[in-house]
Amino acid sequence: MSGKVITITSGKGGVGKTTITANIASALAMLGKKVVAIDADIGLRNLDVVMGLENRIVYDLVDVIEGRCRLRQAMIKDKRQPDLYLIPAAQTRDKMAVSPSDMILVCDELRQEMDYIIIDSPAGIERGFRNAIAPSDEVLIVTNPEVSAVRDADRIIGLLESEEKGPGRLILNRLKPDMVARGDMLSIDDVLDILAVELIGVIPEDESILISSNRGTPVAMSGANGSSASQAFRNVAQRLQGETVPFIDLTAKSGLLNRLNNWFSKS
Amino acid sequence: MNWFERLLGKQEKSGTTAKQRLQMVLIHDRADVSPGLLEQIKDDIIEVIAKRLEINPDTVVVNLDNTSQESRLVAEIPLLQPNGRRRATVQ
Repeated sequence: MSGKVITITSGKGGVGKTTITANIASALAMLGKKVVAIDADIGLRNLDVVMGLENRIVYDLVDVIEGRCRLRQAMIKDKRQPDLYLIPAAQTRDKMAVSPSDMILVCDELRQEMDYIIIDSPAGIERGFRNAIAPSDEVLIVTNPEVSAVRDADRIIGLLESEEKGPGRLILNRLKPDMVARGDMLSIDDVLDILAVELIGVIPEDESILISSNRGTPVAMSGANGSSASQAFRNVAQRLQGETVPFIDLTAKSGLLNRLNNWFSKS
Repeated sequence: MNWFERLLGKQEKSGTTAKQRLQMVLIHDRADVSPGLLEQIKDDIIEVIAKRLEINPDTVVVNLDNTSQESRLVAEIPLLQPNGRRRATVQ
């Protein structure tokens, strides 16, 4: 068995990489896959709290790399799924504690037993980013429908090409369909037009994502009744598996008031 | 925005503005050419052309143009014709 390494990156911070990593890992595990999520943001550990596993950390990624424990010992098992694990980042070290070749070694070992290795990249384009993409078979670029985030995504797409890790696929996060309808937000087509990259997911802005993160249960796992975000994450997982899943029609949800509003603002 | 909306002084939608601003900034980012560098290149071009041909530096336009995957530098240099009968442009 040889698992696939998928890196989640964005360039810009705060666009939702960690939340997306936690949710894609959960959604893949729910499909019965063996999944390990790796927090590559050394010094700014966060994936553990989003996944709700912060109280069970004994060893971390740097402990593995520096030989203080075996890989298995640093893999925290998520008890809510049959085969979901987390390798947390070290909190008291910096990015230089890990090298790209360390990441390749760790991932090569993980590939033997896992179906998917999902890496949460830190923001930026320096060492941490290089570490995160070094072992990857596929890169998912996260962006928001904002000028600054799309600009950084474009830079990342360029860097991935030069590192021969491209072209990567895009996740558009925090889309607000009502704002798009009013003409006050970049649309899916605007972003795709500018970045010229394949789309793998559109995640609508949805309170259930934060509510689930507050509780330490990714929304894809909690299933938050009928939440479109939850469905959107599960769709991404299926697309990663090579399935063709239609994109959710986010415009269909706008209520009568919204539609009236749009009608008036158009006229 | 159509002429009618312009006439009414209606403001462009912010989503449209966002897209236009992004397209402009990415043209420079992708080519790794800053607006300042473009100005320098323009001055250099004016200097070279002015040695051989009569031009008005104020009418020279140097821009970056992005078409799908490639960026190109486009210079428009109108030539001055002393007799005013013919007009030509070097591009």
